[in-house]
Amino acid sequence: MNGLLEQMTEKALARNIPLSVQLDLTYRCNERCVHCYLDHEDHGEMTTAEIKHLLDEMADAGVFILTLSGGEIFLRKDFFEILEYARLERQFCVKLKTNAIMIHERQAARIRDIGVESIQISIYSHRAEVHDAITLVPGSLQRSLDAARFLKSQGLRVIFANVLMVQNLQDYQGVRALAEKLGIECTLDPTITPMMDGDRSVLQLGVSHDELRQVFRDRGLVGDVEEFCTIAAPADEDALSALPCSAGHTTCYVSPYGEVFPCVQFPLPTGNVRNQRFLDIWRHSERMKEVRSIRLKDLTTCTSCSHVGSCSRCPGLAFMEGNMRGPSSQDCEKSLARTGIPSANMLAKKQAARDLVQIRLVPANSITQPSGAIA
Amino acid sequence: MNSLYVARNPRVAARSLDGEMMIMSGRDSTLFTLNKTATILWQAADGATPLEQIVQPKICTEFEIEPGEALRDAETLARDLASHGILQISEEPIVRGDSE
Repeated sequence: MNGLLEQMTEKALARNIPLSVQLDLTYRCNERCVHCYLDHEDHGEMTTAEIKHLLDEMADAGVFILTLSGGEIFLRKDFFEILEYARLERQFCVKLKTNAIMIHERQAARIRDIGVESIQISIYSHRAEVHDAITLVPGSLQRSLDAARFLKSQGLRVIFANVLMVQNLQDYQGVRALAEKLGIECTLDPTITPMMDGDRSVLQLGVSHDELRQVFRDRGLVGDVEEFCTIAAPADEDALSALPCSAGHTTCYVSPYGEVFPCVQFPLPTGNVRNQRFLDIWRHSERMKEVRSIRLKDLTTCTSCSHVGSCSRCPGLAFMEGNMRGPSSQDCEKSLARTGIPSANMLAKKQAARDLVQIRLVPANSITQPSGAIA
Repeated sequence: MNSLYVARNPRVAARSLDGEMMIMSGRDSTLFTLNKTATILWQAADGATPLEQIVQPKICTEFEIEPGEALRDAETLARDLASHGILQISEEPIVRGDSE
């Protein structure tokens, strides 16, 4: 984060202003990515008028950075009307997240005219056979890359977002090389999010511990490996008073149906803008306040963990595991892969598993009589 | 001397954060914050009101400054903001939709 944005974020935090909001315009999508956590159905999306009204409320509440995402945002017929309103009428700093397969020269030029901060495009591999097998749409890589070129030719900032999973583990370097060739930024995220209905089976697509360990030692990716993988100093009182993340503090998420959550990855409903003012939900929701009250020192297991000061623990993933104050196992895995040191959560689980074992090996010479009974 | 007209550049993102104006350049995503005078100028920059008519009632009154000096300072400020792509300036009224 640059210095000035950091200052503004601190100011927003002190004044309880939601500086940044992700608004999903739809969950409908024209791809069927194997790892996606959405259901792709329309259960009654907000209308154009409802969204414009929400944008008015968010602007008045102080929201500055607006991320429009989905589903696939270009499936909304009113997408450009919403984008124009957000940018030209309400002056948001707009970021777009899209698979881009509906962006051609005309759309790219229109986005340039309206002006957005960045367009993030999901690219899972530089090889069509791998990318298309993840999106389940033949030809999708070519279409996304064509769109990236159209957008770049308009002088727009494009970012490739790559999710690391078993299907594309070997290809992240290829994606980065392709991005570099095109003058495009690139991010890599090993986090697979559980389905919205709580189904966690999709997590099996995540890479193994050993594979992640290898990725975290890729100098081209992390820079100084020693520094990246070092174990942080024990957390002091100041560190333990820190916020777990920005969710509910300076950021939140709004679904296509108007539900407000602390974050896109934190499915704790806090209110609905269809029947409450956005600012009232932000300021007065008891659940939002609860999220806001949590500090690192309040975490049940993590406080005693050696990783607490440096862990990427996601409170939303912890919530989906059953406790917003508990650990997020996926982040424990990341800390272990990075440093080689198991987290307090992992050690506790191992101990619990040991305690569950009821059958003990008994030395042969101590058996005096055969028995069919289980002690 | 001709009047100077100033208009907010529609390509920037802007939000008032507790009275402080935060502006992100549409040119290169650089973030700026405006001081009180620049914020007054930004908010009044409708493209139709000449700069002296902004300065006289809004800046001279607020800061108790002599009109000639205030106008010179405001012109310098407007040109500086224009160089960062935050404002558009012209010797003619600026109609919304004029590109940078």
